[in-house]
Amino acid sequence: MTVPNMYALVGVGLLCMGLYGLVMHSHLVRKILALNVSGSGVFLFLVALADQTPGPTPDPVPHAMVLTGIVVAVSATALALALACRIQQVNGTLRLSDNEPE
Amino acid sequence: MTTEFSKKLPEIMTRRSAESLLSRSGQAMTIIGVSLLALILGYSLWTLPPFSDRMVTLVSDNMAISGVENPVTAVLLNFRGYDTLLEIGVLLLAVVAVFSIAPSPALLATSPPSPMATLLLRLLLPFVVLVGGYILWVGSYAPGGAFQAGAVLAAGGILFTTVTARWHPLANKAIPFAMGAGLLIFVLVALATMMVTGNFLQYPETRAGMLILLIEAAATMSIAVILTLLFVGGEPGEISPAQGENKHTVSFNKENRSE
Repeated sequence: MTVPNMYALVGVGLLCMGLYGLVMHSHLVRKILALNVSGSGVFLFLVALADQTPGPTPDPVPHAMVLTGIVVAVSATALALALACRIQQVNGTLRLSDNEPE
Repeated sequence: MTTEFSKKLPEIMTRRSAESLLSRSGQAMTIIGVSLLALILGYSLWTLPPFSDRMVTLVSDNMAISGVENPVTAVLLNFRGYDTLLEIGVLLLAVVAVFSIAPSPALLATSPPSPMATLLLRLLLPFVVLVGGYILWVGSYAPGGAFQAGAVLAAGGILFTTVTARWHPLANKAIPFAMGAGLLIFVLVALATMMVTGNFLQYPETRAGMLILLIEAAATMSIAVILTLLFVGGEPGEISPAQGENKHTVSFNKENRSE
């Protein structure tokens, strides 16, 4: 078991934890946080696998992809939070409920 | 705010158990599904075939013509430049979407900013700008670049907006240009290089370093402004000076005179 492999496993764990939180929580902010956790897991996975290539230097292409991904994740999170603020304004709550709004 | 939160804390804790909408069987199925996914991913990680070094050699063989010395920057802005171009587009799109969703930001302070915060801001901002510029410059041969520099500058911008709670009207006018400059210059450079070399975003080899620095500088400014505005969560033009005049706001000029 190499060290990069261990980081990749941690990434898998984070991804699954995030997915679990995304499904289980009914609060929208928690869902957004869970999505970010799983996104971080994917980034960790990619960066860890970049070190698997033979040779002294890690593969720069996944690094660049992760850098792009982080920025996109940040902007998506901001948009999601703005949407959550709007939902709070309109519905008065951020919690999803089983009941259909009338 | 802290006391309010601590008062609510027991309530939040008890609500946690009843938080999920899923029934018990649904929860169990989620746990099983997620663990199954973890097992599958872990197994495929375990049995991954050995990696080829094709990408690494492709990048390192072409470093000489990339115009920069840092392989990550070379991939970001030269070999896969269109990725970065679209990414800046995504940022711009996100901030426009946030503007259209949240019409009024709560940027007006209800109390005057503490002198400590103002002092901290005044001490930190020059360093933030210095560090941002350094990271932008160093990106051509070491870890760093437009996004990191933009993030550092955005931290300064967020500090600034939280402490002063109001922007200069001129800044409000400049913000749309600052937001769009990164994408605009990127597209212009891409089109210009297409005229010269025939391919979209294929820089002429002798000018590559300069063009990358130009794109990165514009992108840094745009990213810093966009990230700050995403934090504010609304269009800054909403706060007119007349509206903010009677509120507690701070301007650097007044602050300096009183000393």
